[in-house]
Amino acid sequence: MASIRFKGITKKFGEFVAVSDLDLEMNDGEFVCLLGPSGCGKTTTLRMIAGLETPTSGQLLIGDRDVTFLHPKDRKISMVFQDYALYPHMNLADNIAYPLKVRGEAEAKRHARAREVADVLKIGHLMERMPSQISGGQQQRTSLARALVYPSEVYLFDEPLSNLDAKLRLEARGFLNHLQRDMGMTAVYVTHDQAEAMALATRVAVMDAGKVVQYAPPMEVYRRPATTFVANFVGSPPMNLLPVEATIADGALQLKADRVSVAPLPVSRSAAAALKNNGKLTLGVRPEHLSIARGGEANTVSGQLFANENMGPEKLVTLERDDAARFTARIFTDDVIALDATVTLGFSSEHIHLFDPAGARLPMDGEPV
Amino acid sequence: MRSYLGLYFTRIGFSVATALIGVFFALPLVWFIFAPFNPRAELGLSIPEPFSLANFEAVFQNGFAMRGLWNSLVQSVGGVILVGAGATLASYALSRSPIPGKSVITYILLLFSSVVSGSAAMVPIFLIINGIGLIDTQIAVILVFAGGLLPTAMFILRDFIDSIPKSYEESAMVAGASPVQAFFDVALPVIRPGIVVVVVWAFVSIWGSFLIPFILLRSSEKMPASVAIYSFYSEAGTPIVTLLAAYSLLYSLPVVILYLFVSWKFGFRFFGGIKA
Repeated sequence: MASIRFKGITKKFGEFVAVSDLDLEMNDGEFVCLLGPSGCGKTTTLRMIAGLETPTSGQLLIGDRDVTFLHPKDRKISMVFQDYALYPHMNLADNIAYPLKVRGEAEAKRHARAREVADVLKIGHLMERMPSQISGGQQQRTSLARALVYPSEVYLFDEPLSNLDAKLRLEARGFLNHLQRDMGMTAVYVTHDQAEAMALATRVAVMDAGKVVQYAPPMEVYRRPATTFVANFVGSPPMNLLPVEATIADGALQLKADRVSVAPLPVSRSAAAALKNNGKLTLGVRPEHLSIARGGEANTVSGQLFANENMGPEKLVTLERDDAARFTARIFTDDVIALDATVTLGFSSEHIHLFDPAGARLPMDGEPV
Repeated sequence: MRSYLGLYFTRIGFSVATALIGVFFALPLVWFIFAPFNPRAELGLSIPEPFSLANFEAVFQNGFAMRGLWNSLVQSVGGVILVGAGATLASYALSRSPIPGKSVITYILLLFSSVVSGSAAMVPIFLIINGIGLIDTQIAVILVFAGGLLPTAMFILRDFIDSIPKSYEESAMVAGASPVQAFFDVALPVIRPGIVVVVVWAFVSIWGSFLIPFILLRSSEKMPASVAIYSFYSEAGTPIVTLLAAYSLLYSLPVVILYLFVSWKFGFRFFGGIKA
C-alpha cells in the first residue's frame, strides 16, 4: 500500500482542459472517491494514476516513486473497469489468473490462487465458465477478483457498480466497504453517484470542470459543502437553494425573499466581510431538515404544492414558488400526509447554510474553514 | 373470407415466382456438379449416364494443370499470410494510436488500392517487377497481390478493431502485461473473427485472379490454376467441356473447404466480456 500525490497536474486533450493544475494527496490506506458530473475530469484523473493517460504537465507520485511517465505495468496497481473488460476467450479461472500469468506464475499455482480469491467473492464454482455465460453481478465480481488476485500498492475503481441493477449495486457497495475495512487498501474510486461516495469514502474529492472543489471526509462534505455546486451535488434530493436579500441591521443578519421568513441570524465574520451592509446571498436548507409548518411563522418557506411523493419510510414534498424555484422536504413518516394547495415548510436556524454570490460557503463563526 | 383468399393466392404466386428465380440460378450449379462425372458432357444439362470418373483420370494426367492447382495454393497462401499479418498489425496501429489524421490515411489507402490492383496499373506494375528482376517468380505474384489487397483489408479490419473497446488491452496492461503481451494475449484473440473475414476474402480474391499471374509469370510450371485452365481449350479455342468441367470442380474445392472450415472452427462466438 502506498500514498498518492498529484503535484500541479494538468491534462489537456487538444484545447480541452480535462484536469487543471491539480494538487491532491491521498494517504496510505485511504479510500478516496472522486465525485462529480460527467466530463468533470474524474475519470481522466484516475486514468493518470493508472498510467493510461500521461499528464500534460505536473508530477505524480505513488509512495516515493515518481510514476508520471511510467508504463501502467510497472506501477503496481490494480484497476476495475466500468465495462469489466473480461477477456471473452478465457474462462473465469484464466481471466482471474491473468495478472499472475503475466508475472510468470506456474499454471497450477496461479489457478489455486485465483480459486482462493474467487471463493471469497462467491464465484468459485464458476471457474470453468466463459464470461458470456455468467450474470452481470458475477461478471462484476470476476473483474474485482482479477484486481485482487495479486498484491498492489493502489486499487483503482472506474465506476465499477454503474452497470449493475439497483439491488445488486447496494450489495456490491456493502461488500466493497467490508473489503476496505478488511484490507485497509489505498483505493481511488470514481463515481457520479453521491450515495456511493458517501458510503465508501474516507475522503471525497468533489470535482467540477477539471478542478477539485472540495476535498474532505464525507460527513464534512455533507454538513459543510464548500460551494453551492457541492451542496447541489451531494445529498439526495440535493440541498434547496434560494436567492435572498441580506442586510445587516441592529447587529443581526436579516434575510428576505418573497414568501420566505427567516429569523434574524447572528452576523458571522464571513457574512460581514461578504456583505458590508447589504447584498444578495444564497440560502440553503437540506430537504431532511425541513418539516411541514404553518404559514406566517418564522423560518418558513411557502409555495404551491408541486409534488407529494411516497417513498415508503419517507415522503418527498415539493413546493413550487412564484419564480418557478422548487423546495423539497424529506419527511420521515410512514403516515399519509394530507396537504392543501398551499404548503409551508419550516426549518430551524442551525440548519441554514449561506453562500456568497459567487457560490462560496460563508462559514459560521467557530466553524472549521 | 375474400381477403384471406387473396392473401392465399398472393403467397402462392410469390412462392412460384421465387422458385422460378431459384431454378434459374440453380441450373448452372447443377451442371457444375453433374458434368464432371459425365464422359459425354456438353454445355446442355444432362444426368451422367453412365456415372464415371474418366474425366478426372484425364485431368489428373495433365501435369501442367495439376501443378497449376499447387501453384495457386502457394500464391494464395503466401498472399494471405502477408495480407493477414500486415493488415492486422497495421490496422491495430491505425485504430489504437493517436496519430492525427489517421482516418484520412486510411481513406487514401483505400483509394490507392482500387488503382493498384486494377488493370490500369498493370503496365507500371510489370515495369517495376521487371526492374527489380522478379519477373517470372511466385514472389512477384504474392507481393503484387498483397500490395493490392492490403489497403482494403486494413480498411475492413480497422473498422472492426475500432468497435472493440480499448479497456481489454488497458486492463491487461494495468495487470502487468507489456503492450506486446496485451496484444497477443488479449487483443489478437478478440480481433480474430475480423482477421478470419479478411483472410477468407483475400484467399478467394487471389485464388480466382487471372490477369496478374498471367502477366507476371512466363514459365508454364509456375502458372496458377486460373491460367492453367486454358490447357483444356483446343488450339482453335473451343473448350473441351468434359475435362474443363472436371478441372473446374477441383479448382473450386479449396474455396468451398475453406468456407466450411472457417464456419466450423471460427465464427463470432465470443461475447459478454464487456458489459455495455
